[in-house]
Amino acid sequence: MLYIIPISLEQGLAYALVALGIALTFRILAFPDLTVDGSFPLGGAVAARLIFDGVDPVTSTVIAMAAGFIAGCLTGIFATKFKINSLLAGILMMTILYSVNLRIMGRANIPLLNRATLFTTIENWDMSRDIPVIIFFLVVAALCKLLIDVFLHTEYGLALRATGDNEQMIRSLGVNTDTATIFGLGLSNTMVALAGALIAQDQGFSDVGMGIGMIVAGLASIIIGEALFKPTTVVRLTFAAVLGSVVYRFIISLGMRLGLAPTDLKMATGLMVVIALAIPAIRGKREKKLKLRGV
Amino acid sequence: MLTLKKITKIFNQGTQDEKRALDNFSLEVAKSDFITIIGSNGAGKTTLLNAIAGTIAPDDGQLIVHGQDVTRWPDFKMARYISRVFQSPTMGTAGEMTIEENLCMAELRGKKRGLKWGVTGNRRTRYKEILKVLDLGLEDRLKQSVGMLSGGQRQSLTLLMTTLALPRVLLLDEHTAALDPRTAAKVMDLTDSMVRENKLTTLMVTHNMNQALKYGNRMVMLHQGKVQLDIQGEEKKKMTVAEIIAEFGQTLKDETLLSA
Repeated sequence: MLYIIPISLEQGLAYALVALGIALTFRILAFPDLTVDGSFPLGGAVAARLIFDGVDPVTSTVIAMAAGFIAGCLTGIFATKFKINSLLAGILMMTILYSVNLRIMGRANIPLLNRATLFTTIENWDMSRDIPVIIFFLVVAALCKLLIDVFLHTEYGLALRATGDNEQMIRSLGVNTDTATIFGLGLSNTMVALAGALIAQDQGFSDVGMGIGMIVAGLASIIIGEALFKPTTVVRLTFAAVLGSVVYRFIISLGMRLGLAPTDLKMATGLMVVIALAIPAIRGKREKKLKLRGV
Repeated sequence: MLTLKKITKIFNQGTQDEKRALDNFSLEVAKSDFITIIGSNGAGKTTLLNAIAGTIAPDDGQLIVHGQDVTRWPDFKMARYISRVFQSPTMGTAGEMTIEENLCMAELRGKKRGLKWGVTGNRRTRYKEILKVLDLGLEDRLKQSVGMLSGGQRQSLTLLMTTLALPRVLLLDEHTAALDPRTAAKVMDLTDSMVRENKLTTLMVTHNMNQALKYGNRMVMLHQGKVQLDIQGEEKKKMTVAEIIAEFGQTLKDETLLSA
């Protein structure tokens, strides 16, 4: 049973970037951004295509992040400038990205065998790749968490948080909340695309379907994290997202060990989120669930 | 300081529900004027404040602040000159953010916000000093979220926030109406002393006629989107609630207004 720990840690820390991105939109901006299911494979597609074509892995990963930023900004523009319902704006972008990702890759799947990725150096070391890869993802997740923490305490970061908390108030204090929303979505999807790029390199291929269910898995992670670690501050919220992601992957690995079919995974995750959201309602408490702005 | 020239705002234009909220409305506000604004429901009071704040764009007319035409400016741009306190205490502050973070955001009203650290040590020390003025003990609760405060505390904080970056014009939109009478009186006293101390140019909408007569140097009564009465100085001081009702009772068939 112990051997599920390294794989859960590796995946949990890798997907923590997605959970952080979702925490930023759903929790901080109060914007239910569904772009994630498209921007995650977008990151994978861009990175894989570039690496496949011989571009060095660092440059490829940075370009993948930029692509995620643009995708997020576009969803933000749909929602704020075109006044499209925020859920629909994300669904539209996710759908558009499906075709875009196929265009970028030129086919449904790009293998990265015999190509130099960010993990090639690690793989050349004379030891098991497990621990170095876990440390790599731990450092990346910690860096992203810290950067978000710092950003959300800067002057503009405060304005971004207020945009999700009390939009009218921060507008009356001189902040263009449309711009703040667009930028926040861009930032969130940058992290999601980074996750896609890193995971594609880690697993050695990029697939057009790798983003399906990403939002629900991210939400499940956040809900678990928040249950374990009350998110009273931004610093605690981002920690809860990372922690939740690891615990979620651990639960999933455990479930599979105990006979859960991989094909039932998304149903199990979906039901987990439904139950978590239903508990307050069933108990009859007026607890705050997901606050959604502009729905 | 603030000039409204023939401002017209029509809602639902061309339909059966057409409503002229502001009808060729003109008003000249002098520097340091403290104007109280009364009028029955639907007289155009809130539309007037919304038009000044840039929350709604007028259909016609001109809005000038300090010689600059700002008619088409959106609300977030008007924030450079204008500060507003809303009726509901929850509207003027971000409830999930801390007291010091709210103060910091207010201090930066209308200014460029960059990637500099928000609540610095210097700012925190200053906020502590400023909060002592309120005498609510908030100076020891800087890191608590504003959502934990009572309505009166929150409205007092909102008022204090407006003075951190002095506005050219302060708009008060029935800002004591949602508070219990005693708290309302305290918040109103605080408002009066802040306006006097900083010589703020202020427009205060109120439903309370006693309040409208007691505070400020000028009173404007709106009716159907126009100015019906505009008195100031000695004339305002001598005016009584009874006189207003005797003269305008017909147009002021608003229970909230008369009961006050």
